[in-house]
Amino acid sequence: MSQLKFEAVKVGDTLPPLEPAAITRTTLALFAGASGDHNQIHIDTDYARKAGAVDVFAHGMLSMAYLGRLLTQWVDQHQLREFGVRFTGITHLGHRITCTGKVVEKFEADGEQRVKVEIQTTNQYGETKIVGDAVIAF
Amino acid sequence: MIDKKHIGMKLPVYKATAETGQLRFFAKSIGETNPIYIDESAARDAGHPGLPLPPTFLFSLEFQIPSNAWRDELGIVTSRILHGEETFKYHRMAYAGDTLQFETRIADIYDKKNGALSFVVRESRVTNQRGEHIADLRSVLVHKNA
Repeated sequence: MSQLKFEAVKVGDTLPPLEPAAITRTTLALFAGASGDHNQIHIDTDYARKAGAVDVFAHGMLSMAYLGRLLTQWVDQHQLREFGVRFTGITHLGHRITCTGKVVEKFEADGEQRVKVEIQTTNQYGETKIVGDAVIAF
Repeated sequence: MIDKKHIGMKLPVYKATAETGQLRFFAKSIGETNPIYIDESAARDAGHPGLPLPPTFLFSLEFQIPSNAWRDELGIVTSRILHGEETFKYHRMAYAGDTLQFETRIADIYDKKNGALSFVVRESRVTNQRGEHIADLRSVLVHKNA
């Protein structure tokens, strides 16, 4: 799939962004079933309110899965060496998130040419919800 | 507060297999459009033996561990937890049908905000049915104590 060459990648390059559909209750119900995370805080409004939340909200791992798509639409998954994030904010119903990535370093490790990419999700109000990085081998 | 005496605790070794149908459902739920994650013949045409587990799916497999006894032992209350961090280090691809073994330990426990928050760090080593090292997972769970 990926014909991208290490030489062609430059520090400062940005990845083609990924813009999934706005988060709905259906999104969360499907992801709960598919991911096996049945925590009621993501699917049951009554439970969420009792737990002190305004409403159900998105699984952090849903947004991380979107970031995974951002990476695998850029390079083949077998090139992925590391992928880590910090969940810094809650993604709520109605949020339209944009996944973005930027090359911040090119280096060699374990006999491979690698690049480090900074990644994040941001909603339509410009609020960053997840930050992290990934290491990709070429 | 979560007691630090649990640092080093090992969870029971856990084996799990991702089924093709489950991976296809997961792909749908995240809006995946790349056919190698949806269509077995497209995956094989791309050189894969079956549908690959997408980058975060190992977390889902681990999440389906049948016993939550370790959470009870640590005193974790589900309604009080948030996911703080998640990191994967990959060594090999994993595919539908692989039997994946998770060896998990509680790597660290620490507090912040004068004990209002506890952080539980879990580390898992994942190997396949051939004993090959697939990945390492590191999860940080935030527990609201107050």
